Amino acid sequence: MSTRAIAIENVKTGEVTEAVYEHPFAVRLCHWVNVVSLFVLVGSGLQIFRAFPSFGAKIPQKDLLHWPKAFALGGWLGGALHWHLTFMWIYMATGLLYLGYQIFSGNYKQVLFMPRDVPGVWPMVRHYFFFGPKPPVKEAYNPLQKHAYTSVIGLGVLSVLTGLAVWKPVQFSWLAWMMGGFHLARLWHFLVMWAILAFVFGHLVMVILHGWNNFVSMLTGWKKDPEYLSK
Amino acid sequence: MDSPVDNRKFKSINRRELLKLAPVVALGAFAIPKLQKPLLKTGLGFSDWASSKLFRSGHLAPTFADSELTPFSKFPINDYDVDDPQVDLDRWTLTVSGAVQKPGEYTLAQIQALPKVRQNTRHVCVEGWDVIGRFGGVRLSDFLKMIGADTTARFVTVECADDYYESLDMATAMHPQSLLCYEMYDEPLTRQHGAPLRLTLPTKIGYKQAKYLMDLKVTHVLERAGYWEDQGYSDFYGL
Repeated sequence: MSTRAIAIENVKTGEVTEAVYEHPFAVRLCHWVNVVSLFVLVGSGLQIFRAFPSFGAKIPQKDLLHWPKAFALGGWLGGALHWHLTFMWIYMATGLLYLGYQIFSGNYKQVLFMPRDVPGVWPMVRHYFFFGPKPPVKEAYNPLQKHAYTSVIGLGVLSVLTGLAVWKPVQFSWLAWMMGGFHLARLWHFLVMWAILAFVFGHLVMVILHGWNNFVSMLTGWKKDPEYLSK
Repeated sequence: MDSPVDNRKFKSINRRELLKLAPVVALGAFAIPKLQKPLLKTGLGFSDWASSKLFRSGHLAPTFADSELTPFSKFPINDYDVDDPQVDLDRWTLTVSGAVQKPGEYTLAQIQALPKVRQNTRHVCVEGWDVIGRFGGVRLSDFLKMIGADTTARFVTVECADDYYESLDMATAMHPQSLLCYEMYDEPLTRQHGAPLRLTLPTKIGYKQAKYLMDLKVTHVLERAGYWEDQGYSDFYGL
């Protein structure tokens, strides 16, 4: 592990605990900016969807769902487009900064799902969903986490590509073509959003289950008493 | 592992790391009512700027086979006011003004004397729906040539019989698929679809493709971008 670890001594009791620097500043910054961006993009996206809540023909229009206005952002289509077309740049810039940092710092090794992680996926699934024994924790991210965090980056890339195909179906006609045409690109964009939301849901459940020290590490970078250092 | 640090020092390290995230709080500016509007306007303006940079004058919008056309009866009629503004088709002329050598009134016959173009292209509405229609007309670029337009001017603006108004950047106006359209589905434009003359712009969003044209102006200065633009939609909205 390349993660930096330190020992902390409590001056009063003399007790020594450990902490590791898990999340570099760039990763934490991107994470929290992205929380805001996703919130805005999903909210405004659903308001945009309200203008034509269908993936079929305009005539006759068959509405897919009437999304409540309370969960939408922007007030009306034009307002929602302001939010969407502003935060998409913040979202893309954050994505590029994250990917650039991970690649050039080598920090990606901590989280990138690799073939050697494959055998570890099933034991984690069995533990989380089928009451299986807990596999030993050896590094910051277990194989299932790596799989989730790597996949969601892929979903992020897809959200941008499908979005570009919807926004610019002429200039990026090849993108729209690859997605089965403009009409379908709009559907993929919508489905990718739900896939990202599914990730967010699972992620939040895990954060709650893993407790305070784990949560704080995404704010300060430091995780106290990580499982994988204990004897 | 480094030598142990004491817990107070560790706390101050943590505080410092937490403070580094202050830039995230800057995004809270979007929640301040006074700042929200100008910030979002800047964002939309940036998107429009990027759109104009992404626009390639030689890149054609996809065209479609006749079998892929949306039936004419299912081509939506969208207006902001009335379906039929009662244009007097017999006495209609297009009034041309601005940075042109030959301003004045142009009849439909004069416009139809230019080379005719037919194309099956996609019409995309800002609401999210799209249809593939068959459009016939003359290239806007041919018409601009005929009236001796100064093509170094930045905009072409139009006004309509229903008081709708729109604007186009010159690059889009000169695009080979940008048409002054007088036919849909090989029939003269119906009143609901903008008789006698409308814009067909496969590289632009639907609200730019004004119907019932009455006035056309070539201009260096944009007085107003368009009806929907004034309500808050994008000024450029290229596809």
